[in-house]
Amino acid sequence: MTKPATPPLLVADSIAKSFGPTKALTQASMTVAPGEIVAVMGPSGSGKSTLLHCLAGIIAPDAGMVSYAGQGLAQLSDTRRSALRRTDFGFVFQFGQLVPELTCLENVALPLRLGGGRRRDAEARATEWLARLEVGDIAGKRPGEVSGGQGQRVAVSRALVTSPKAVFADEPTGALDSLAGEHVMRLLTDTARETGAAVVLVTHEPRVAAYADREVVVRDGRTKAVEFA
Amino acid sequence: MSVGHTLLGILEQGPRHGYELKRAYDEHFGHDRPLHYGQVYATLSRLLRNGLIIEDGVEQGGGPDRKRYAVTDEGVTDVERWLTTPEKPEPYLQSTLYTKVVIALRSGRDAEDLLDTQRAAHLAMMRELVTRKSRGDLTDQLICDHALFHLEADLRWLELTTARLADLGKQVRP
Repeated sequence: MTKPATPPLLVADSIAKSFGPTKALTQASMTVAPGEIVAVMGPSGSGKSTLLHCLAGIIAPDAGMVSYAGQGLAQLSDTRRSALRRTDFGFVFQFGQLVPELTCLENVALPLRLGGGRRRDAEARATEWLARLEVGDIAGKRPGEVSGGQGQRVAVSRALVTSPKAVFADEPTGALDSLAGEHVMRLLTDTARETGAAVVLVTHEPRVAAYADREVVVRDGRTKAVEFA
Repeated sequence: MSVGHTLLGILEQGPRHGYELKRAYDEHFGHDRPLHYGQVYATLSRLLRNGLIIEDGVEQGGGPDRKRYAVTDEGVTDVERWLTTPEKPEPYLQSTLYTKVVIALRSGRDAEDLLDTQRAAHLAMMRELVTRKSRGDLTDQLICDHALFHLEADLRWLELTTARLADLGKQVRP
């Protein structure tokens, strides 16, 4: 008897999305298992970021279906979808995701505070996560006062502080040099594996994609998964 | 990889026996391919013949394992020249991959599939190297980094070639 496969955490099934006359996605499908790290690769303009935004429920596809934990995202109300993004998903982007007026500690505590957590508890948890991402020493600094690599590790702390089931990372090392980028990727993937969070990692850099368990290639709005045993 | 130059470089730090040379080589450079004793002694006899090393005493009992070797002035000059001369960059144009793509296009096979399969194999190897790097020491990290950057260069070529397949097909199809 074969072992039943784990039901996927995230599914995009034949989705299409256009922005005005531009077809960003024409036929994209992918699945992400719980705890799996999947790289979405492809040239600029191939539609890989659009695919990530659809999977994370940030934008709705024109056709096809996206589901999370067996639930179709289109069937959820806007409020419910927003709540899901706050409680179950974490996000890391290339630029500008930290609030410049807040300290690094306050930035990491923010998702917990927005979820109604008490300040003391939120900051205690944020402190733990900053230490885990090896940026505990800059907790009191503002994002403008830290290096790009430190800023991204603060962003990873913030993405993971709510113990999300899925982390969406769009070119998380795009603005960093090789060494800082590698540091961010190692910590992101190590902590995701420890906490069991799945990661959808959009990148055009093979060395970044190599941190994932497998890759999906997007070309001209279509996905192509190539198996290599 | 020049084993002779590497052994000379190790001997610059002081005279050594053949087995000490092998041990030092394997520790720093032999991660995937440790040296065979036969290779060590064949290289040492060539270096002796060319005056780049000399025998520096024999311990009782004789035999190749008991001989100590030291680098000569000529040997040091040779290492110096080796270190300061850049390696010839490899011409990749005639590589197996290029040949396969052209053969595929000319025979009407799916060259994109071929390139995608190759990129998957490259990425699988890169994943292996990243895992090995995360468990290894600094030496492992540097060796893996070198391999990773080369594989990445290949992957960029694969991606660009995929984007150029239509044009390439027009040129090479009979």
